[in-house]
Amino acid sequence: MRRFLLFSIPLLFFGLLVLLFLRGLELDPRKVPSPLIDKPAPGFTLPRLLAEGEQFSTEDMKGRVWLLNVWASWCVACREEHPLLVAFSREKQVPIVGLDYKDEPEDARRWLEMLGNPYDIVVVDRDGRVGIDWGVYGVPETFVIDKRGVIRHKVIGPIRPELLEQRLRPLIRRLQEEPSP
Amino acid sequence: MTRIAGLLLSFLFLLVAGPAEADIEIHRFDDPQQEATYKQLIYELRCLVCQNQNLADSHADLAKDLREEIYEMVRAGKSRQEIIEFMVQRYGDFVLYRPPVKTETLPLWAGPFVLLLIALVVFVIIVRRRSGRGEATRVIDAAAREKARRLLGESDRETS
Repeated sequence: MRRFLLFSIPLLFFGLLVLLFLRGLELDPRKVPSPLIDKPAPGFTLPRLLAEGEQFSTEDMKGRVWLLNVWASWCVACREEHPLLVAFSREKQVPIVGLDYKDEPEDARRWLEMLGNPYDIVVVDRDGRVGIDWGVYGVPETFVIDKRGVIRHKVIGPIRPELLEQRLRPLIRRLQEEPSP
Repeated sequence: MTRIAGLLLSFLFLLVAGPAEADIEIHRFDDPQQEATYKQLIYELRCLVCQNQNLADSHADLAKDLREEIYEMVRAGKSRQEIIEFMVQRYGDFVLYRPPVKTETLPLWAGPFVLLLIALVVFVIIVRRRSGRGEATRVIDAAAREKARRLLGESDRETS
């Protein structure tokens, strides 16, 4: 009996460690939860990429559910995400605003010409200041903003098809049914 | 021979490579107090891109931007606390190498002490049990003592 106890204690410890590590395998340390979820989206007014001389402001989107997709022509993972975004934008479910983050406007325009433009509006964040306000640290990042201008969800890294179907679509539908402020 | 030459050469390279890592941009301050605040902040705040480096050590583009941002805030006379709040609002507690004491971070702060306490309790139990066992062997009842004496007495007689 004593002997059994003596063996079972390290075994129990081992079991607990295994559980801990199993949990750790599922967590991605690169995905830092954003403190901006359920907070008002930081406002900005930025020049547009494709409409020379025009500006876009977050105020313009008040009363609508919209997506902000942070991308750049130098970003490899954005290329991976791009076809999905283009296909989704064709459905016209929700306006998608692209934030061209720390990029050369010339490169960005060429990128969109080559690979297709999923964005209703593209704005230029040349020095990355707006990116800092939105807590951007790894492009691509996608934010879902509701009718009151509150950030409801953030995707870090490329949007995967499963994520779009299981999380984003239902969320967007639900948010669109919310009453306008 | 060539091996030794190679070793020497690589050692030489090491000597040259040392200063190369210090390519952090230079920020000038008029006030030494502000400079101290800035330095302390960039050593205490974590870079989101490399995750295991602070802003001072990181070469990531974002870290450079954030250093610039912090530099400007310090120059503008913002306090240490205000700058920390600015960062936490955007990136969460994760940016702090010194996390605040909150319910979520309580295991982090209290964990080591709890483990130490458990270790101490186990240590005391083991020590007590050991010393207890030692006493048990020393205490002999009268009957056993008599028997031992008799046995010793017999053997004494036999050898003499």
